[in-house]
Amino acid sequence: MGFSQTKDQSGVAVLQVEGQLIVGNRQELKDLVQAALERGERRILIDFSRTGYIDSSGLGALVSISKRIRESGGELRLSGLNEDLRSLFELTKLDTLFAIADTPQQALASF
Amino acid sequence: MTSPLRLCVRRSPAPGAEGVATLVTLRLPSDIDCIEEAVELVTRHCLAGHSATRTIRFRLQVVLSEALANAILRGNQESLDKWVEVRAELLSDVIRVYVTDEGPGFDPGAIPEPIQPDQLDESGGRGLFLIRKLVDGVQFNEQGNSICMILRRH
Repeated sequence: MGFSQTKDQSGVAVLQVEGQLIVGNRQELKDLVQAALERGERRILIDFSRTGYIDSSGLGALVSISKRIRESGGELRLSGLNEDLRSLFELTKLDTLFAIADTPQQALASF
Repeated sequence: MTSPLRLCVRRSPAPGAEGVATLVTLRLPSDIDCIEEAVELVTRHCLAGHSATRTIRFRLQVVLSEALANAILRGNQESLDKWVEVRAELLSDVIRVYVTDEGPGFDPGAIPEPIQPDQLDESGGRGLFLIRKLVDGVQFNEQGNSICMILRRH
């Protein structure tokens, strides 16, 4: 359970959720995004291609992150949600709040 | 480091639970860092010996994580002298998981559905809603400190 952080050649900060995004590690992701914003990053992609499951605290953290990026004048994209993960966003209507791409490549191309 | 989780698996008819082939119980401290390990242990034992789809496994993991987080954060208020009990009754076609905390309980009927457009920007309030959506049945005890989640295997 953890996060990896890279930078795309076009300058997008890419955060990958490895394992779960749940109550026990949501703050770590929020802190990583905050640090990226403080470094001046304004285009941020969170990728879930290697994610097992997300709980409501993880979804809530993504909502907070989205607000923080918006307030900073930045843009957030999500990618790599499998059918089960995507169902969580659809059930909670959060699919209407986020820009979600099938793959990281598609998300990067959409900035 | 010794694991703080106490797991007991009984593969025999469970007393007082008709038709239950296997009973799995787990006791964990009110520490959110124990949730992931507890979810993996209970999920593994609930699905052992059965062919489970990826979606059933996923739903079980999410609702267990939700119920444990609710019990630890809201029920037991993260008090380390309070425990959370998990009891899973495993039948051939159904899994019944009880998660019980030592808190005063709450009124599940008083929790609003968090999907109105003006609520989407809220960071909390989706836990019980998700549980209700992902399982086939949800029951609470009278006190409101124990949730029973019923999940069909197919």
